[in-house]
Amino acid sequence: MRAKIIRKDDVAGLLESLMEEYEVFAPVKRDGLVLFERISSASEVFLDYQNSVMPPKQLTFPQTETLFGYSSAKGEVKIEVPHREEKPQLIFGIRPCDASSFVVLDRVFDGEEYKDTYYLERREKTVTVSMGCVKPRSTCFCSSVAGGPFSTDGSDLLLTDIGDKYVAQIVSDKGAQLLEEREFRDATEDELASAATVVKAAEASMGPGVEMDGLKDKLDSSFDDPIWHQLTEKCLSCGICTFLCPTCHCFDIVDEAVDSNGERIRIWDSCQFPLFTLQASGLNPRPTVKERFRQRMMHKFSYFLDRYGRVGCVGCGRCITECPVNLDLRQVLNSVSRLEGVK
Amino acid sequence: MKNPYLPLPVRIEKVVVETEDNNVKTFSLCFVNKEDEGGFTYTPGQFAEVSVLGKGEAPFGMASSPTQPGCLEFTVSKAGVVTTALHNMEAGGIVGVRGPLGNGYPVEALKGSNVVMIGGGFGFSTLRALTNFLLDDANRGSFGDVTVIYGARSPGLLLYKDELKQWQERTDLHLYLTVDVGDQEWRGRVGVVPKVAKDIAPGSENTYAVICGPPVMIRFTLPVIKELGFTADRTLLSLEMRMKCGLGMCGRCNIGAKYVCRDGPVFSLAELNQLPQEFWG
Repeated sequence: MRAKIIRKDDVAGLLESLMEEYEVFAPVKRDGLVLFERISSASEVFLDYQNSVMPPKQLTFPQTETLFGYSSAKGEVKIEVPHREEKPQLIFGIRPCDASSFVVLDRVFDGEEYKDTYYLERREKTVTVSMGCVKPRSTCFCSSVAGGPFSTDGSDLLLTDIGDKYVAQIVSDKGAQLLEEREFRDATEDELASAATVVKAAEASMGPGVEMDGLKDKLDSSFDDPIWHQLTEKCLSCGICTFLCPTCHCFDIVDEAVDSNGERIRIWDSCQFPLFTLQASGLNPRPTVKERFRQRMMHKFSYFLDRYGRVGCVGCGRCITECPVNLDLRQVLNSVSRLEGVK
Repeated sequence: MKNPYLPLPVRIEKVVVETEDNNVKTFSLCFVNKEDEGGFTYTPGQFAEVSVLGKGEAPFGMASSPTQPGCLEFTVSKAGVVTTALHNMEAGGIVGVRGPLGNGYPVEALKGSNVVMIGGGFGFSTLRALTNFLLDDANRGSFGDVTVIYGARSPGLLLYKDELKQWQERTDLHLYLTVDVGDQEWRGRVGVVPKVAKDIAPGSENTYAVICGPPVMIRFTLPVIKELGFTADRTLLSLEMRMKCGLGMCGRCNIGAKYVCRDGPVFSLAELNQLPQEFWG
């Protein structure tokens, strides 16, 4: 493991120097909410947080985005893709779950046949400096979904807090370059040992999470089981779970026009909304909460696995903490896991 | 990297009103830039997103056959915002096309076999494309008997009336037309598609059944097809789902782990039997 030492007193200086090269996004506290925002001074950064209310997903996949603008005159149509001359962006203090969500989204947008150029251009220009979770929340379950409070998946650098300094593990070339351009000393054996102790303690503090063994088979065979009705009875279909989810990628495409000029816009959408699958004929394959909630579970824990070889969930727990009716994804999945009489 | 969201400009060359209720029209769309035409190679059963700028885009199967090069044809039922806007346009108007998308009918696998097509309503459009593909002089010899069973609710709702007349003259095509309810001039069959399919009882030996139509027609046709001896892997269906991107990214047209836009819209019944039964609503 290659690791450098960043003293906490040097973080402000590091951020100021990074801001010359990158648009730097970091956790900021506003009106009691922790959010990832672009900072213009290191003093704005708020590092005493467990996780942000919203994941920094919008930095690679914005909630609304213009795909192209168009204008038509005299039978001629002009289509123009907005030109972006963006600086590379750096996300400082992203949690390992959210960093790994980019790897999940890559699977969707970086297809063999089709490439989502909008997402991939931003992704290419993004550097992630992750902050391992010394104190995971009670709703966190990253360890169940192949992650962990100090998982390196999707990170370029991973910081581990060992008191007055961070051990900065170099995960990728981008991360290596970032530290090598600046003068940080290598971590000593003692410091690496301290970091390992912190990691172990954090991992041990994780709750039981989701029982993943055999879950996919249970999901696949429980599609028509009446349990889905019971499990989803209290769901309001509000969709907040999908809007706060770092891996949800469903979107709508709409046109906005004034006279003969306009834009085609991509905007986040949610499988929890009744109109999501409503066909013009009036047919709706997912007409009630039951089908839509089931779709969300199946998509993340069965279909995504079939299609992309990993589950479409990073265990951040936002869908649990923010659900207005306390629907807990872990309980839902564990209830399915424990179904008897289903294969 | 190629941006998969950009439509190619096409000019509406011709608009044909197909049905007596004026609700279904066929649009002939020709590429504004001739070089785009060569890049748009498709097989019957594939679809494209048709853009009406300012209103949005919607997916339609190509009603034309790639054996008739030049303009693309789309048969569109007026139902929502985009289709209404398209219906309000006239020849000369500019719209956009993005595609071809989806898998299309497996025409290579059909070679050497008989093909029975069963269609209903405006879902017949891609079967019309397949029929013209099979009947093309260069292709006809590669396929066995070609049978088309096509029904509409009434005679006035049958599509492609002139073409159907030409098809009736052909000796290398068995064409059976039916309507749910006839009128004074109708001399043909009366009865719903599944019943007519049962009466005609096409042989299933070395034969593929290709089905496209409204869910209710499919639901009652499948048992008939099964009874006639068609196996699930030789029963092909073209499905419809609400779509946006057509690229397998926007997440709404899935049935289980399959996306209708990417893995379909054409599936064999054997494939569908492996999936959650979520497509009839």
